[in-house]
Amino acid sequence: MITVKAFAQVREVVGKETWQVAGAHNQTVADVLDNLCELDSRWRAAMDDELLVAVNHTMRDSSFTVNDGDEVAFFPPVTGG
Amino acid sequence: MFARVSDTDFNQQRLYDELVAGCAASPGGIVTFTGLVRDFNDNGKIDGLSLEHYPPMTEHAMRSLAEQAISRFALTNAGIVHRVGHLSNFSQIVWVGCAASHRASAFDAACYIMDTLKTAVPLWKKEFQNGTGHWVKAKASDADASLAWMKDNDR
Repeated sequence: MITVKAFAQVREVVGKETWQVAGAHNQTVADVLDNLCELDSRWRAAMDDELLVAVNHTMRDSSFTVNDGDEVAFFPPVTGG
Repeated sequence: MFARVSDTDFNQQRLYDELVAGCAASPGGIVTFTGLVRDFNDNGKIDGLSLEHYPPMTEHAMRSLAEQAISRFALTNAGIVHRVGHLSNFSQIVWVGCAASHRASAFDAACYIMDTLKTAVPLWKKEFQNGTGHWVKAKASDADASLAWMKDNDR
């Protein structure tokens, strides 16, 4: 399984912070997002705004390969400081 | 080096003392920056804000940033503390300290850490206005400032 985390506006749009999706061979971040959209249409709404991605706590892009057991986080551009 | 997320207020003198105590060599200059919660945004007065973060990643990203600054600017030490949770107007929100042999490096490193933190550390502000919370949008000027450090490795 892949654990998916959603933060800030993304969490509010999709309704909860933690999700689980099935892991598959050679799956990319974009594939994980497609699976989430099939699971719950609110993920499509979350994609209306710019999304950043982290895999195992490191920023990645949508072509990055995700493995079973990874943690993938989706969130908006950051606004700390 | 230290990099911490805190859900309580911080004491600037204690952080300064911690920075000095952890210096790898005697510094010739120390620059500190403290960010405060403003009481307004582009739409008028605000009534505090809350800060959400991604716990395992936030301190990891802050530690990486402090280590990069130490390496890039030959610092003798660096520290970053960022608060999370609900903060009222004028509260301290972030502290950065940079110690170096010469002041230029310390000033540059403090700017580098703040500019990069605003685009690379997973923290999100929600401001409260007239009883309603609004997520703060990332500013293009912050992205430009961070990008400038990537393009200008000689600074």
